[in-house]
Amino acid sequence: MNTGIQTAAYITASVLFILSLGGLSGQESAKRAVWYGIVGMVLAVGATVVSAEVGFSLVLAAMLALGAVLGAVVARRVEMTAMPQLVAALHSFVGLAAVFIGLNSNLTPHEFASVAEGNIHEVEIFLGVFIGAVTFTGSIIAYGKLSGRIGGKALVLPGRHVVNITLLIGAFVLLGLYMEHAGSWTLYAMTLIAFVLGVHLVMAIGGADMPVVVSMLNSYSGWAAAATGFLLGNDLLIVTGALVGSSGAILSYIMCQAMNRSFLSVILGGFGTAPGTTVTMKGEQLGIDTEGVAAALDEAESVIIVPGYGMAVAQAQGAVSELTQRLRAAGKRVRFAIHPVAGRLPGHMNVLLAEAKVPYDIVLEMDEINQDFPNTDVVIVIGSNDIVNPAAQDDPNSPIAGMPVLEVWKAKQVFVSKRGQGTGYSGIENPLFYKENTRMFYGDAKTSISALLAARPASMSAA
Amino acid sequence: MNIGSPKELGQAEARVAMTPDSARQLQKLGYHCVIEAGAGLQAGFSDELYRAAGVSVVGNAAALYETADVIAKVRPPEQQEISRLGPGKTLICFFYPAQNHALLDAARSTGAGVIAMDMVPRISRAQKMDALSSMANVAGYRAVIEAANNFGRFFTGQMTAAGKIPPARVLVVGAGVAGLAAIGTAVSLGAITHAFDVRPEVAEQIKSMGAQFVFLEFTEQQQDGALSGGYASPSSPQFRDKQLEKFRKLAPAMDIVITTALIPGREAPKLWLADMVAAMKPGSVIIDLAAERGGNCELTVADQRIVSANGVVVIGYTDFPSRMANQSSTLYATNIRHMMADLTPGKDGNIVHNMQDDVIRGATVVFGGEITYPPPPPKIRAIAAQQPTEMPKALTATDKRALEAARFRRATRRQVGLLVLGGLFMLLVGAFAPPVFMGHFIVFALACFVGFQVIWGVSHALHTPLMAITNAISGIIIIGALLQITGGSGSRLVTSLAAVSVAIATINIVGGFMVTRRMLNMFQKS
Repeated sequence: MNTGIQTAAYITASVLFILSLGGLSGQESAKRAVWYGIVGMVLAVGATVVSAEVGFSLVLAAMLALGAVLGAVVARRVEMTAMPQLVAALHSFVGLAAVFIGLNSNLTPHEFASVAEGNIHEVEIFLGVFIGAVTFTGSIIAYGKLSGRIGGKALVLPGRHVVNITLLIGAFVLLGLYMEHAGSWTLYAMTLIAFVLGVHLVMAIGGADMPVVVSMLNSYSGWAAAATGFLLGNDLLIVTGALVGSSGAILSYIMCQAMNRSFLSVILGGFGTAPGTTVTMKGEQLGIDTEGVAAALDEAESVIIVPGYGMAVAQAQGAVSELTQRLRAAGKRVRFAIHPVAGRLPGHMNVLLAEAKVPYDIVLEMDEINQDFPNTDVVIVIGSNDIVNPAAQDDPNSPIAGMPVLEVWKAKQVFVSKRGQGTGYSGIENPLFYKENTRMFYGDAKTSISALLAARPASMSAA
Repeated sequence: MNIGSPKELGQAEARVAMTPDSARQLQKLGYHCVIEAGAGLQAGFSDELYRAAGVSVVGNAAALYETADVIAKVRPPEQQEISRLGPGKTLICFFYPAQNHALLDAARSTGAGVIAMDMVPRISRAQKMDALSSMANVAGYRAVIEAANNFGRFFTGQMTAAGKIPPARVLVVGAGVAGLAAIGTAVSLGAITHAFDVRPEVAEQIKSMGAQFVFLEFTEQQQDGALSGGYASPSSPQFRDKQLEKFRKLAPAMDIVITTALIPGREAPKLWLADMVAAMKPGSVIIDLAAERGGNCELTVADQRIVSANGVVVIGYTDFPSRMANQSSTLYATNIRHMMADLTPGKDGNIVHNMQDDVIRGATVVFGGEITYPPPPPKIRAIAAQQPTEMPKALTATDKRALEAARFRRATRRQVGLLVLGGLFMLLVGAFAPPVFMGHFIVFALACFVGFQVIWGVSHALHTPLMAITNAISGIIIIGALLQITGGSGSRLVTSLAAVSVAIATINIVGGFMVTRRMLNMFQKS
């Protein structure tokens, strides 16, 4: 196959990738969008494999088959609640591949028309390996944190900014040496430094900021691909990497806005560990039993459910969906309010609710539903904390002051399903729990909701 | 201790300060309840009912004042009632200390304590004993009923076979508790209701009751009711002129006017002047709830129903709550009961007169042989200061165009600035980098740009699928590995590293796309 046709395939693939991302603007068009992506990928890989430069080989076929089987198995098996971990793990693969390709490129001798081209090539190798390495270890740590293998609390070393800057400067010095042809060891040393940097960066970020971290790593994996594209002079890699990179960057930006925090403060980490101002709460948290909640739901005409990470942890989405169906069958208006940073992944709650067959047209975003709380009879908060914390609006000293929150306390009655009296991920007291119209519905979310379903087997559906 | 309620002395007063229900609650606080025979008769509570509730009924007022340590009544005391007080006794009633200096002095000389129900501070904790509000609520309701009684037409508009009936138009001036109650009643009877108040923060409450807020275009800052404990304060002459001008305009269209404007400790402001009454249609009704304090309407005569020269009925009754004695007694007795609960922290039937408590301190006007009126300002402000409601101004076409142009200019300036910056950066790169690199760089910059444009459109709910699909797409890095697997030096290390890369990138591609499809297939419409 000649290069002209290969380029044509690449152009088609680029266009298909753009259409694929653009198609995600709506639930229906999204189903088509995946196919665009798949066809684009097949075209790109196919054209490369049959091209003169590569040629088909047994090793290649074996590797492709191995990867495909592993990928398919993982994709089949993964629980929807484990989506964040999976995404993080997949990012690490891209990072590792970028590192390998960069190292390979260093091992392969090249000849350049000019000194400038040679220099640029060296910088490209360095950059590709650096971004790839940070993505790799960062994603592994993110995976560990999200899957609970590593504690979710932010690890804050004394002088962590100094550590980061020292590592960066070290990498720069090694780049200088590498370009002076000091030898390949500089590249390997830099790779190690980048590995350490990736670990340290993500370790310093608390669990509540994970949506930003995951989307940021997504962005890095894109930039790593783009850097590799520069390195190999391959435009398709550049285009695709840039698409993914900018997509991740925008997602991170949206997440940060939803938390009213600057991107930098999230990335540099350390949030949620500072003791902050511990406000002593007046009053007490009043509990309520299953019967009380069931009675209130019997009375209610409109109900809003606010899910959070706790719902994912307890795997309660099925029970919640069942509750929703019964309430809807009883003629009540049931809706879901989703905060942009609920869960551990952008859009995490939407996916869980979709899995449990909650129709997406009753699942609303914060901006769409926030003004409806005053007219709502009952709000059920399931395993979310900071995103319904009124302190964000009332207490200028609160660490989350200014963060947009769901104004659940304006509803007539609020039930909070929560395991215990502890504080949320950010470690902040939540005045909502002490409000007069709030009742705490203690217990594991799944057990609580199931008990609720058992309490009204008939009356709720008949009412 | 004993708590007792006498029969009210005022001829027109039908209310009573203790009901059988409230007596039961008071007994739970440890008190013994006493009532004068026949005290509750006009409010619909017979002596039998009281006895059934465990209340001792005594024959006359003298005996009652003898036995009771705490005397709860409705109206301010008459001279003969004061003379029956003595040290150790506590009187709880409406007192209006600002107007009743002589009475205050007389009460002081007896050595008894006096708690004025009208002086309970307006803070949320004290709402349950705010008798002024509960009486105003009754008055507001009754005002509309009284108006309906005197108005010859339906409130609600109807289309009948016998002709079309226009709906009544009601204007409520002053949206305090009475005003809001009147608005609610008028709206529920089907009238088109307008309401006015000098405090801008009540506009929202007025609208929430279903009435239209009469907006006054006035540049000067309107009053903030929060500063005066939730009550209105006197307005400037300019403001008043503007207000009267507005009323003058409204007068011919209004069928019923209910005025409730009161300023604490002052004569009621004159807001509905003779010429406005003259401008109204015959048969219209004015109910002046401020009649006791001189009235808001110039024609009002306290306690009387008069008819103006052009046939407008002006009602100045001052006993609206008493006209619904059963309801208002129930509410008032509950207020008293809550006051007693605050005064009896031990629930042991003994009064603890805690002068450190904001509510008790505020309401106490005579204590320990001293006049304790006026109280110091309460420590807690009643209501948070509010932003004045601004009438959403209809923008003129030119304004709109100017605004749009300004916004456009701002956006343009920002965009041009960014472009210039970007351009300079490109120039810098281009000056040093070789042309091959620049070719790739153009592709890179364009792709970033396209990426930004496309991703903004992605719906929020699909962010997780977006991450999964970008994950799959970033597996495109496989191409790099493919190019290395057989190409170049062919060294074993290079080949094996590339082979591993191919495998893991494939996991990414296949896993990413499959997971995305799985997720998207779950999304379904109801």
